[in-house]
Amino acid sequence: MKQIVIVSGKGGTGKTSITSAFASIAQNKILVDCDVDAADLFLITQPTILESHEYEGGKIAVLDPEVCTNCGICEELCRFDAISLVDGQTTISEFSCDGCKLCEIACPVDAIKMVENMDSRWFESETRFGPMIHAKLGIGEDNSGKLVTKIRDIANKKAKEQEIETVLIDGPPGIGCPVISTLTGVDVALMVTEPTLSGMHDLNRLIELAKGFKLKSYVLINKYDLNPNISDEIEALCLKEELEVLAKVPFNRDFVDAMVNQKTVVEYAPESELSKMLTEVWNRLEKD
Amino acid sequence: MTYKIAIASGKGGTGKTTVSLNLFYTLQKQLDQKIQLVDCDVEEPNINLFTKGELHSVSDVNIKIPVIDSDKCVYCGDCASACAYNAILFVKSISHIAVLEDLCHGCGACTYVCNQPDVIVEKDKKLGEVNVYSLENGNELVEGKIEIGSAIAVPVIGKTLKSTDENALRIIDAPPGTSCPVMETIKDVDYTILVTEPTPFGLNDLKLMVETMRKMKGKFGVVINRAGLGNLAIYDYLKEEKIELLMEIPFDKNLARIYSEGKIMVDEVPAIYEKYVKLFDKVKLNLDEANSYS
Repeated sequence: MKQIVIVSGKGGTGKTSITSAFASIAQNKILVDCDVDAADLFLITQPTILESHEYEGGKIAVLDPEVCTNCGICEELCRFDAISLVDGQTTISEFSCDGCKLCEIACPVDAIKMVENMDSRWFESETRFGPMIHAKLGIGEDNSGKLVTKIRDIANKKAKEQEIETVLIDGPPGIGCPVISTLTGVDVALMVTEPTLSGMHDLNRLIELAKGFKLKSYVLINKYDLNPNISDEIEALCLKEELEVLAKVPFNRDFVDAMVNQKTVVEYAPESELSKMLTEVWNRLEKD
Repeated sequence: MTYKIAIASGKGGTGKTTVSLNLFYTLQKQLDQKIQLVDCDVEEPNINLFTKGELHSVSDVNIKIPVIDSDKCVYCGDCASACAYNAILFVKSISHIAVLEDLCHGCGACTYVCNQPDVIVEKDKKLGEVNVYSLENGNELVEGKIEIGSAIAVPVIGKTLKSTDENALRIIDAPPGTSCPVMETIKDVDYTILVTEPTPFGLNDLKLMVETMRKMKGKFGVVINRAGLGNLAIYDYLKEEKIELLMEIPFDKNLARIYSEGKIMVDEVPAIYEKYVKLFDKVKLNLDEANSYS
């Protein structure tokens, strides 16, 4: 079994469009959408949900004002600035609470209880490309990294049971908590970037992060013709970092048109140069 | 004016940083007062690539994490049960205890519950830093940045916002997504501009952001970037939901090139400058209305 992830640092470089193109090309695979914050892969793959599961995303502190004596102990202890006095009543902000439960432990009158946040869900689905595991993080919820780990575990288990060779993962943007959970344990990462100052800067931080993992990284420069000079600079950066640039993909409206039609770009324009190029990239990723 | 205006989007790459920068440079021409650009996309802060200011202060963002003295520890396990993050590895049978620093959120619960003197002391762990850069006209960029490999963004965002000047008009570039880093960024702002694009991905992620804004009871409006790409479904959605469309920026390869080179559109294209002047008029109308009621 081989785990291949598409990541980017910067958002909007084309991760999901490229992942879905690979979904059209790859044989015997399971799809995983690890961008649980703003999952979009389902818009193309149109999964039929077979099983929907509640995900215990973590707990937050809830205070009972009837019991609370407004002694101020919890407010003083909270390191997340989640507790304050509002109109004379101690109040916990659900948006700031980190779920550490120190206030619950310290409260002398047991006015605080930790309550499970159950807004997040994860799904086992079937698509025209094979099985898919995806999730929807509750609004403003913490622990997207833990949810990523959860759905990756499920996908890997399923892959082993059904002798699936490839786990194809659509990654989240950034370099923080969900990305770290996405990169942990994968075999190959394709970093998708674009020829802008932001794209190059964000790729650089992603390359630094990836050095901490045992994986083989490659780069794809999307929309490279929007700025061929910066595209050259990215190639120079990759040379210095000993990363192979597998393709320079020109700007192509087919990506958006395919998306509007709920198709992968390979389904939408199978004979196009773009589809051939992405097939070659996939063959390389699969071989390594 | 001391308003705080955030620029956010569920989907990455829709143009948050572009809108933040261009709004800033538009207001710099129009207003005679201090304006701060605030970069809360702490995983990948990009504004400094465009503004090129002079760095004048750096402050570390630290959390306090525990150091356990295994010689003095009585192996009761209270600290491990108090930890909500599984950051203390405790095996009673072999008297083993260790702090898993990457999992620790620095909440202090272990230190609080430990009833032995001097077993747990705390040390600083650096999560990131807040950098302040001087720009033209006494304006500033306040930038938060996490250390590469750090999984904890929220305290860095919190400190970045706390480091801003309360007397300045603040334009705040939010991180992508809809989870805790975004909430931390927008929870105390006066208005949020949601930037999207007219594609199925843009619409889906906009809906998530609208849900977030409504849950937080925040005032917001929408900017459609790359208008002309994709389809028109997003316009129907805005109409149905009665959401104000603040501005449209057409899809144009020339604009994409200006951005890619790190240049500012409102300086290069007068028609775009006019659009941003109108954008701020609309935002200000919303803000002044809200203020006159309160």
